Amino acid sequence: MVRGWRSFVLFSVLAFGYAFLYVPIFSLIVYSFNESRLVTVWAGFSTKWYGALLENDQILSAAWLSLKIAVMNATGAVILGTLAGLVLARFGRFRARTAFTTLITAPLVMPEVITGLSLLMLFVAMQNLIGWPEARGMTTITIAHLTFSMAYVTVVIQSRLSQMDVSIEEAALDLGARPAKVFFVITVPVIAPALVAGWLLAFTLSLDDLVIASFVSGPGASTLPMVVYSSVRLGVSPQINALATIIVCIVTVAIVVAGFIMHRQEKQRLNA
Amino acid sequence: MPVAQGARASHNLEAWQDPKARPIVQIENVTKAFGPHYAVDGISLDVYQGEFFSLLGASGCGKTTLLRMLAGLEAPDAGRIIIDGTDSTLIPPYRRPVNMMFQSYALFPHMTVEQNIAFGLKQEGASKAQIKERVGEMLRLVRLEPYAKRRPHQLSGGQRQRVALARSLAKHPRLLLLDEPLGALDKKLREHTQFELVNIQEQLGTTFIMVTHDQEEAMTMSTRIAVMDEGRILQVGSPSTIYEYPATRYVADFIGSVNLFDGRVTGSADGLLFIHCDEVGANMAIAHGEPLTAGTPVSVALRPEKMVVSDVKPDKDANVLRGIVSEIAYLGDVSIYHVELPNKTLVHVQLTNLARLTSSPLTWEQDVWLTWEPENGVVLQS
Repeated sequence: MVRGWRSFVLFSVLAFGYAFLYVPIFSLIVYSFNESRLVTVWAGFSTKWYGALLENDQILSAAWLSLKIAVMNATGAVILGTLAGLVLARFGRFRARTAFTTLITAPLVMPEVITGLSLLMLFVAMQNLIGWPEARGMTTITIAHLTFSMAYVTVVIQSRLSQMDVSIEEAALDLGARPAKVFFVITVPVIAPALVAGWLLAFTLSLDDLVIASFVSGPGASTLPMVVYSSVRLGVSPQINALATIIVCIVTVAIVVAGFIMHRQEKQRLNA
Repeated sequence: MPVAQGARASHNLEAWQDPKARPIVQIENVTKAFGPHYAVDGISLDVYQGEFFSLLGASGCGKTTLLRMLAGLEAPDAGRIIIDGTDSTLIPPYRRPVNMMFQSYALFPHMTVEQNIAFGLKQEGASKAQIKERVGEMLRLVRLEPYAKRRPHQLSGGQRQRVALARSLAKHPRLLLLDEPLGALDKKLREHTQFELVNIQEQLGTTFIMVTHDQEEAMTMSTRIAVMDEGRILQVGSPSTIYEYPATRYVADFIGSVNLFDGRVTGSADGLLFIHCDEVGANMAIAHGEPLTAGTPVSVALRPEKMVVSDVKPDKDANVLRGIVSEIAYLGDVSIYHVELPNKTLVHVQLTNLARLTSSPLTWEQDVWLTWEPENGVVLQS
């Protein structure tokens, strides 16, 4: 009897936990197929909001802009973050190392509002002094995203580099490879998983960001989060639900495929 | 401690005794400090073509730092390193005719066995056919042909060790450096691999310099050993010289086991030194080349297997110690006796079990006398 009661409690806790995580997402998906234009009232099944979404240039161009910024940001952040991580993990103690570490990791703890405001002031001052950037838009948002996502990437790559056996690089040097070649032929392949993880992290951070983008964006350059946020203030359109459903589907498929590939590799590794 | 010489006996490899021989490696007054600590403190050393040279010492004695300086992975603070007649002190590792086998093996995890071995040859710009031939040769040498397409994580420890060896030998280095090459193997495999490594070295004639903390490994494999402590070399010599004629107390104690007695010289005659040891209250006569003035403080080192135990009082007054048997360790081939002297000093004595005995000829708490010949002791001044 006691045993049955306990398993009932455990099951409820589990159910509530999952419900807390997934019911909001699930209801968002369900209401994207709602006939009514009121998000909270169910009025029958329809896919008309998906059609409307495909004709909504504002949302589509915002999504395209966000993707472009996210890809450029992630690529730039991985390059800069690898350089910074390499300096921190391999160059020992150099002058001003502590200052360098602080500067690299400061964006991790800086409130977004402050980062956004300070970057806006910087861009305005630069425009007045040297005439660049001419207008705020995609370029300024990308630069702003780079400043903070690079910090995250640096941390990821630095920790991977310091776990890596340095004698692998030394062995390559010893066998006649010059330092630059050692980096590209040995170090990069060994830390590749960290590079991929860093790229995805920077991509997500950029795609997600509303606060900093709002500060440093200009007219005609609205990212997806900005458009979603402003349309919610005017009353939520089921088109947003439809968009969210598409994004959730893409993410789910990507996670399932990635999980499947990793699982298969793991199995190959164990069987070999 | 047994000194295996079988692997070496057939060859005359004593190049260091040939005045015409030119050393392949000359280390001149090399010093390296990490902060206030001297890892290598003014070492000079010559190593000759074809040698299997060991740097032996406890961890932290500077042996690995010295090896890394030979590879070019560390730069000396002072001194010169001359490899094959060229001053190589400041030459980067990728331009030295030297290869190294790392303690962790440092195999490239994203490459197959074949690609690992080919890596060095590729850097030289060798042709595809040359690389293929040489890789095949190396795989045969270390008997890993069936594993050519495997990745390092699919191999056992012993196989990885052989890949590392093949990779470091692929470029025909003038000098091969080995950092604890057998450290990560279990005991049985280690003993087998010791002889395999010596055979490969003799087959190729390459000069090997090995770092190890395992004295037995150094004794079995090397033509010469340098015993290091605190960044300095205490003694360089063949395994038998180091064992039979240790230069300092540290060397005597580090190689094999030894009984040390402190005393003072009382006189000398006919190549013998007379020594009185206050501590154990005994007179000793030990063979020693140079006479020392009376009163000089010295230590007498006696190996456990170089003493004779008897249960009757011997008819001499020097080189005799009296005690009682306090411990007996039966090891099969030999037995180790701990004999306690009247002043509570323990002396280790080793006897070979010649006859098949069910019980020991000596027993606990028995009164015994230890004796030895003057040639069996060593007088140490430092």
